[in-house]
Amino acid sequence: MRASKNIYLFLVPGFILYSIFFLYPTVSAFFYSFTDWDGISSEFDFVGVDNYIRAATNDSIFAQAVGNNLSFMLFVVIFQTIFSLIFAIILIKNTKFNIFLRALFFFPTILSSVSVAFIWSFIYDPSMGLLNTFLGISGLEALQQNWLGNQNIAIYSLAFTQVWFHTGQMLIIFVAGLHAIPNDLYEVAKIEGASKWQTFKKITWPLLAPSATIVVAYTTIQSFKAFDLIFATTRGGPNHSTEIIATYIYEVAFRSYNFGYASSISVIFMVIIAIITYLQFKVLRSDKVSY
Amino acid sequence: MIFRRFAVLIYALLVIIPITMVILTSMKTMSETFENPLGLPGEGVNIANYIDIFRSETMLGYFINSSVVTLASVSFTLMFAAMIAFAITRLTNWIGTIVFLLFTLGMMVPAQVNMVPLYNVVLQLGLTNSLLGLILVNISVTMPVAVFILTGFMKTLPKELFEASTIDGAGEWKMFTSVVIPLSLPSLSATAIFLFVMHWNDLLYPLLFITDNNYKTLPLALLEFQGQYATNYPMLFTGVMIASAPMVLAYIFLQRYFVAGMTAGAVKG
Repeated sequence: MRASKNIYLFLVPGFILYSIFFLYPTVSAFFYSFTDWDGISSEFDFVGVDNYIRAATNDSIFAQAVGNNLSFMLFVVIFQTIFSLIFAIILIKNTKFNIFLRALFFFPTILSSVSVAFIWSFIYDPSMGLLNTFLGISGLEALQQNWLGNQNIAIYSLAFTQVWFHTGQMLIIFVAGLHAIPNDLYEVAKIEGASKWQTFKKITWPLLAPSATIVVAYTTIQSFKAFDLIFATTRGGPNHSTEIIATYIYEVAFRSYNFGYASSISVIFMVIIAIITYLQFKVLRSDKVSY
Repeated sequence: MIFRRFAVLIYALLVIIPITMVILTSMKTMSETFENPLGLPGEGVNIANYIDIFRSETMLGYFINSSVVTLASVSFTLMFAAMIAFAITRLTNWIGTIVFLLFTLGMMVPAQVNMVPLYNVVLQLGLTNSLLGLILVNISVTMPVAVFILTGFMKTLPKELFEASTIDGAGEWKMFTSVVIPLSLPSLSATAIFLFVMHWNDLLYPLLFITDNNYKTLPLALLEFQGQYATNYPMLFTGVMIASAPMVLAYIFLQRYFVAGMTAGAVKG
């Protein structure tokens, strides 16, 4: 049954807003990236690809931010995926206790990034923080650290916070994926005397690939979107050691008023995300499975 | 088996301890916290910090701002996204495909990529320091995910439904409101929860567009307490408790729906 012409009216309100506040800004980022606009004055000059050349060759902070973002992403993707997968396997059965634990692990997901930032700032506090206090009590003073103040480890402290924040959410995706695997496959494996590891490798893992794709893809994108958490915890400091691309864009635009340059970094950011998303789907989707 | 129990127990403590710490610290004084960060509050259940924060901050105002922005953003995102999803489902020509692709594209681009040009647009429209500005931006930013989830659901509705109601002479609007919306309620409520959590907790857009205290939302106000109270964690955690309370209460009562909604958002978004 064909829809009447009126159906196009349904697109109007949403599409107007989407165009003004999403499509137009996205396109104009490209435009401003070729200018030296400061965001305030009405005049600006076109500077060609100067901004891009500066980002690529002459901005050590930007290079550092990209590096930090990749370290942060790798840490979060590896640990969040492993943790959520292990807990999903352990908590797979729908017993009351397991359901409670899944709900508990999920809990941090509903908090705001600012709340999570405060909680972990306190835990990591060098003098009264829970972590150092605990290490002191257990006789592990040697491991005590200024977790957010030490430039070498601050980004990993934040990455762990991010893992704590979202592991419960990924756990639920894995549990759903595990429940979708037909039980008879495991029974056959049992009859044929397969070991636990063999069963995992030959049945669980391949059939869990679609869930793993979702988890890894989502976690990666989340790592690039961790602006709120990092901004509220360290604002990119100390000395840019926790600067990620998003916090750097904010700094360049709203602290240094260099809108043109910030726009070019945004465009580069977009390209990086596109490449990573493409690679991920290529790698993870390559091993298709069927029942 | 022992390893399994142990791993789960450790992680459970990793969630329970920080939560307990927030609750207890919000009932302590600064000196109590400094002397014994792990101890119980000296005076038992003590709500002095809560009274203090409501007295010295316009806490109620922030709370109202957050509620208005969240409620309006969620309602309008849902309504507009449902209309678009319905149109995409009904349109079998190339226009439907193009519209769907345009919105899918929006899901791929993280909102933070747009913060600079988006700020320009909001500034030029005179919408900085206004709740309306926040609401309009929120709607536009979360619409792609909502369209994606709802389209996925509506495409599974049997085609005969549309045909039957067309024969009845029902217009598109009537078909939408009296057939499609009621049938899409499960998907709509899951999307609503996902949007609620996102908008209630959002920091970036208030940070970009709001400088006037009268229009600040809770996460932004909370962030600025940090400048004011520095490491006065009892006060900061009192703020955390107040800002998180609505979501935590909702989570306790609607747990199943939360998990479903947030997961749908993750899977699709």
